[in-house]
Amino acid sequence: MDLLNALVALSNFVIIPAVAYGSQLALGALGVTLIYGILRFSNFAHGDTMAFGAMIAVLVTWWFQSMGIGLGPLPTALLALPFAILGCMALVLITDRMVYRFYREQKAKPVILVIVSMGVMFIMNGLVRFIIGPNDQSFADGERFIISVRDFKAMTGLKEGLAIKTTQGITVVVAVICVALLFWFLNKTRTGKSMRAYSDNEDLALLSGINPERVVMYTWLIVAALATTAGVLYGLDKTFKPFVYFQLLLPIFASAIVGGLGNPLGAIAGGFIIAFSEVTITYAWKKVLGYLMPESLEPSGLVQLLSTDYKFAVSFVILLIVLLFKPTGLFKGKSV
Amino acid sequence: MSDTMKNTLLFGLVAVLILGTGFVQSWNVAVLILNMGLISAIMALGVNLQWGFAGLFNVGVMGFVALGGLAVVLTSMPPSPGAWAAGGAWRIILALGLGAATVIAAVMINKRMPKGRARLITMLVVLVGGFFLYRAVFDPGVAFVEAITPAATGNIGGINPGGVENFKAHGYMTLVGWGFGGVLAAGAAWLIGKTALGLRSDYLAIATLGIAEIIIAVMKNEDWLARGVKNVIGLPRPVPYEIDLQESPSFIARAEGLGIDVATASSLTVKLGYSLLFAAVLILIFVAAQLALKSPWGRMMRAIRDNEVAAEAMGKDVTRRHLQIFVLGSAVCGIAGAMLTTLDGQLTPGTYQPLRFTFLIWVMVIVGGSGNNLGAVLGGFIIWFFWVQVEPIGLWLMQVITAGLDDGSALKSHLIDSAAHMRLLTMGVILLLVLRFSPRGLIPEK
Repeated sequence: MDLLNALVALSNFVIIPAVAYGSQLALGALGVTLIYGILRFSNFAHGDTMAFGAMIAVLVTWWFQSMGIGLGPLPTALLALPFAILGCMALVLITDRMVYRFYREQKAKPVILVIVSMGVMFIMNGLVRFIIGPNDQSFADGERFIISVRDFKAMTGLKEGLAIKTTQGITVVVAVICVALLFWFLNKTRTGKSMRAYSDNEDLALLSGINPERVVMYTWLIVAALATTAGVLYGLDKTFKPFVYFQLLLPIFASAIVGGLGNPLGAIAGGFIIAFSEVTITYAWKKVLGYLMPESLEPSGLVQLLSTDYKFAVSFVILLIVLLFKPTGLFKGKSV
Repeated sequence: MSDTMKNTLLFGLVAVLILGTGFVQSWNVAVLILNMGLISAIMALGVNLQWGFAGLFNVGVMGFVALGGLAVVLTSMPPSPGAWAAGGAWRIILALGLGAATVIAAVMINKRMPKGRARLITMLVVLVGGFFLYRAVFDPGVAFVEAITPAATGNIGGINPGGVENFKAHGYMTLVGWGFGGVLAAGAAWLIGKTALGLRSDYLAIATLGIAEIIIAVMKNEDWLARGVKNVIGLPRPVPYEIDLQESPSFIARAEGLGIDVATASSLTVKLGYSLLFAAVLILIFVAAQLALKSPWGRMMRAIRDNEVAAEAMGKDVTRRHLQIFVLGSAVCGIAGAMLTTLDGQLTPGTYQPLRFTFLIWVMVIVGGSGNNLGAVLGGFIIWFFWVQVEPIGLWLMQVITAGLDDGSALKSHLIDSAAHMRLLTMGVILLLVLRFSPRGLIPEK
């Protein structure tokens, strides 16, 4: 029984949150990694792209709510997601046209593009704060839990409860759908194949008649969709706050690099590696260990390796270790 | 138009802008802009050393600035009474030493032992064992220190010789803190440079971004160090206090002689005192940077920046030179950070934001002209001026735009409230415009 209780506590506090967080990071890291693979620079504006997409979703959600349109038990934000994706796509295409294309034509060095993306980050951040303000916005509605602690306890008779939030469930389902669609697109469609070819070897791709501007456009469209989805899911699961998305930049980059920049599969793996390490290292293990160990050995402290405020440090240390020992990432990424 | 002429005109423009603020708004605001402009110029010089001279992309400026601020607290505050008694702060120091020893041991094992499973296992044992040992020594020490009058101190304090009663008389300790800020930032930069330099440029960017966030997280959460988010206030000053000036008869007489009321005169005197100190530091660093740029060392740096492979073929140790300049530039940022905290008179870790302390400095360097010290200084002043003034300008603009709307309309109040966020937007637009149309900046590198 104790073993079961320990397992339930572990899933409740570590596995389920980490899976949800990992899915969000993976979607974010996929965007970063695609930009890196095709456009060949680290996009510092990615966090703010996520914030922008999520912001449109919040606004559309409010509009739907005011008209009484909803999805019943599911959050209205899911209905708003397509509109948000369209809005975000428009934004990134305009940005690419007005800003990035010039440097692409000039064949500017990647580091210049990174600085340019810093300027874009400023503008997007300013836009989001300008439109919706810097404060917390709550837009989650519908049923809060798939299984609540009380129901779980009544169902199983265990001492420990298990809760799965609707948002966590939706996060995982949506992430799986997104990733499946993405891989289908990259592997099966003509455009997807030309994207991969362009990423592998630009000159060869150009020689075989691939139109680079078309590839770049599709990349931005996909990145906008991924970023918005990641932003909305994160906002639903936690809360929407413009500044938080900027801070997500570090774990997202860490995920992409740990997996190998430019490698989509690596980005997903990286997202989960970072999420699980963050959650396990900052979780207080007292409860789980209490069930597993004999009473005499029960730990007196919280058995927390690091306080939750240092979760950035965890992704950072993993990033450093990977960079030092395997600079191209766990899955073979690019190293320009 | 010759270069000297153009530069004089540009700096003349800055002077006009600041003086204009003095005449139109108030002299207090003008001197404040001047002071912050001086500090910003020093930060921009630091970033320019790294980016302009050596092409190193450091987006962790905020972390080094914050370390400088921490250094001021650690030098200029008095040691907290009781904290250094047995089992207190010494335990923390010992624990930190143990932690460092663990890391050094792990690095040594990695270097000395032959590659294989034995090395991996030994390293893991050392790291995990070291971590638990560290926590075992560290936690009681922290608990002890933080329990001492947590409402007032609860930290280890600094090394001000004046003690709790008399530490404000030893204002020169803040100046010592400026130097210590440079040393602290240099130490952190050495650590990060040792690991991340030599990798690709974007990786250094992400590594520095991370280290800055971690430094801020440490300063927010380690209450024993500088009280965390409870902030340290009332730092001593290297300049006199307004209240003392207002009570001094000779000062009152002089203020009356100039026809300014005493309160304004005292606050202006204090601020100008800071301006003089800051200007002295700026000139010192500027001259040093200028000499460095013109020396063989500076030429070598630019050669490395422009073509690493060729420089390496000439026998230059690229990684080592990079480390050198990375440490130097970060130290300059640390000094500027220490000056900033001194000017504020308090350390508030919660106010360090990357957009303000990292990316804004980058805008200064790019707009001013990367690779040119004079350009960096100019960028520091101009961008800081706009950073401060965009808000009132934006507010005025919004009022003009919305003048036609009803007073009660939601759109109008929203637009006027949002004017505060015009800053980021403007800075982004300025950065992109400069990068596009004048990528070498206002005063280009020669």
